[in-house]
Amino acid sequence: MSQNDPVAAFRVEAGEVLEQVEQGLLDLGHRLDDHELIDAVFRGLHTLKGSGAMFGFDALASFTHHCETAFDRVRKNLTPATPQLIAVILSAQDHMRALIEGDATDRKAEGDAILAKLQAALDGAPAPTPEAPPVVQGWRLSLRLPPEAMQNGINPLALLDELRTLGDCRIVARTDQVPPLAELVPTECHIGWDIEVRGAVSRDDLEDVFIFVLDDLDLQIEAIGDTSCDDVEDTAPPPGAGTTPSALPPTRVDTMPPAQDRDPATTPNGRGAPKTGESVRVPAERLDLLMDRVGELVIVQSRLSQLAHSSGSNATDVALRSISEEIERLASELRDTVMVLRMVPVATLFGRFRRLVHDIARDTGKTIELSTDGETTEVDKTVIERLADPLIHLIRNACDHGIEPPERRLAAGKPEIGQVRLSARQEGGEVVITIRDDGHGIDRERVRAKAEAHGLLQPGQVVSDQELLQMIFHPGFSTAPQITSLSGRGVGMDVVKRTIESLRGTIEVASVSGQGSAMSLRIPLTLAIIDGLLIRVGDGRYVIPLAVVEECIELSLEEDLRSRGRSFITLRDRLVPFVRLREMFATGTKPSVHQKIVIIATGTERVGLVVDQIIGSHQTVIKPMSAVHCNVPTFAGATILGDGGVALILDVVQLVALGQHQEERLRAVA
Amino acid sequence: MTMEDTTETQWDEDGRLEVLTFDLQAEKFAVEAVLVREILDLLPETVVPGADRLVASVANFRGKIIPIADLRLAFGLPSAESTMDSRIVVVELDVDGVPTQIGIRTDKVHEVTTLHRNASETPPTVGLRWRRDFIRELVRTPQGVIVLANIARIFDPLLGGRATPAVLAPALL
Repeated sequence: MSQNDPVAAFRVEAGEVLEQVEQGLLDLGHRLDDHELIDAVFRGLHTLKGSGAMFGFDALASFTHHCETAFDRVRKNLTPATPQLIAVILSAQDHMRALIEGDATDRKAEGDAILAKLQAALDGAPAPTPEAPPVVQGWRLSLRLPPEAMQNGINPLALLDELRTLGDCRIVARTDQVPPLAELVPTECHIGWDIEVRGAVSRDDLEDVFIFVLDDLDLQIEAIGDTSCDDVEDTAPPPGAGTTPSALPPTRVDTMPPAQDRDPATTPNGRGAPKTGESVRVPAERLDLLMDRVGELVIVQSRLSQLAHSSGSNATDVALRSISEEIERLASELRDTVMVLRMVPVATLFGRFRRLVHDIARDTGKTIELSTDGETTEVDKTVIERLADPLIHLIRNACDHGIEPPERRLAAGKPEIGQVRLSARQEGGEVVITIRDDGHGIDRERVRAKAEAHGLLQPGQVVSDQELLQMIFHPGFSTAPQITSLSGRGVGMDVVKRTIESLRGTIEVASVSGQGSAMSLRIPLTLAIIDGLLIRVGDGRYVIPLAVVEECIELSLEEDLRSRGRSFITLRDRLVPFVRLREMFATGTKPSVHQKIVIIATGTERVGLVVDQIIGSHQTVIKPMSAVHCNVPTFAGATILGDGGVALILDVVQLVALGQHQEERLRAVA
Repeated sequence: MTMEDTTETQWDEDGRLEVLTFDLQAEKFAVEAVLVREILDLLPETVVPGADRLVASVANFRGKIIPIADLRLAFGLPSAESTMDSRIVVVELDVDGVPTQIGIRTDKVHEVTTLHRNASETPPTVGLRWRRDFIRELVRTPQGVIVLANIARIFDPLLGGRATPAVLAPALL
């Protein structure tokens, strides 16, 4: 994709505008008469229509036009915003997204259907509330632009001239904030205005003048003379509060959860605020390319350092070593810098789930509120992408199975509105994402019964609470009495677990009966480079992720011979099964005299891997295995060694499962 | 994915097709030149335990891990030691839209040559010791019969039926 392709650029921009419109619509669902939000949505639709037409997306432009018109009516108080209308516009959004992405040829019918619904929603709406606009003698406006407004291309004079066209204007400049001459920056706007507009002008007419600068503007509008109480309420905010939604009428606050209301990131102004500092938009594939190059550099650098360290002690060799060390330092710094470039805040991920929860709540007839925190936590781009599906599944589970229907919640003495809380935080080299619901929790009795029915547990077998809860991740395991359209979509909890494990992460489950559950995903911050332990088995070299290595112990020849047939060792009073990689890989070589056992662990499960030699630690740039090898489960990827050779990276989860399987077999025999 | 693409030979309007020819044992094989990315000397290979014997190892191809395939297995030829003339032909297939490179070990690479449709025959249903669907055409040339291999089909089982030939690539020779 070319950076200069205006259509591609439009697609990206339009996608962002749509996202903002969507967030606005979802917020609006909670606060149906919030004018800020209505305006924000309207502006978004207006932008989309305009730029869509400019870039030749005619179908998009004409379709969006209808939605814009509908919202214009809402904005002008001709039609109230209703949940139906918002639902239709949300579905229209999906259609717009499709129009932006692809061609519009066979989508006409789809669009027409939505427009018909839109019309129905408009017609079906109750008669507009304040039909007759209050008669006012005029308006008093207080206007102040941010200092950089003129640099941003806002022309205050044009705005004032437009106001003059509405009626008789008296404009007084406020010069109290003009700095002394020595400090005056001539390109900045220091003047504010007090304006009186006389005549039959509606409030919306006035706001229309400022519609494209509202975000940056400090504008207060007061009616002169008698007005309806509605307007009094809206003009109540104290000076300085400007037009931020914190000035919402108090009567509406009780419909909102306090947590969400206070969260600045979820208020429209917080999100829409102009970003400070410069940023550059770079296509993701360029970053990937850069990462590849850095990966190659790290590989070449390790070749250089190998060469430098095997060289002698004359002057050139010493110089070579010093250069090699310098390059090593630079390469590692460069690597860290590039890694940071790839980090994106989880907010990009969390944003999508508001819509999901909204839809589920609508489909199930429950009232569910999603709150988020820690959105600024940053994770590698690839990790984010692969987290989306498992998180969707977990949230769906929480909403569908966790949160009870309103009547049952009330009966249990809980608030009617179910809460799902999504939070992210960084802990060392990991990010922890938690999905918490205040539903009825996991029914341990039912899990146990199901596990016994599946033969995963013997009747009466004693297991720890965590082990019991982890049963829900077994394939085909569902404790829901019935499968609903939402949760029976084929992505089971086992798939969630597998995806998380493929990210080298873990899932912890906590649940209090009657009070809710929490799933915590622990994911490493990056997938691209790991610290590995390089080992040799036969003639092949392999890498074990260092993070899972607990310890390395010697396997003496006698012990090796003695343990034939019963492959486990006693390690601090615990039996640890082990796998002879040499046999597993059928190397056909003789065991080394000094075999080692590398003990690896995931969670509470441990397994020993018998290797011929431990070569040492290795900065491992993870490369994916080719698609033709995707059916080989033992390896999670490959890496390139200092000498240009390839070492395969062991898939720890698979190996532990294998060891566990072996242990079970042994238990069965014993 | 369209099945036709993998089963029909892409002759041009004049009934010609550019191919790269190579030897495996005494047989002369060919692959479509558009699929070929590069011809390399033998690379140090790393055995992948548990992998299909057709693609038993991987190698480092410019920082990418590519599988190295031995087509002898697909065509039931006995395995043999590599020689001075052995080369790796890197071909590219499309797997779910992702270009996937595979190195093919050959005994000797000849040249890019043009095959003609009127000299070609679809493989006979009987009397062939190879899997018929692995072969697109048998083409008579002055140097003998050339076997045009169906690369996508050979690797298809390993890719779960998602492979299509990556076309429109610049020929690199």
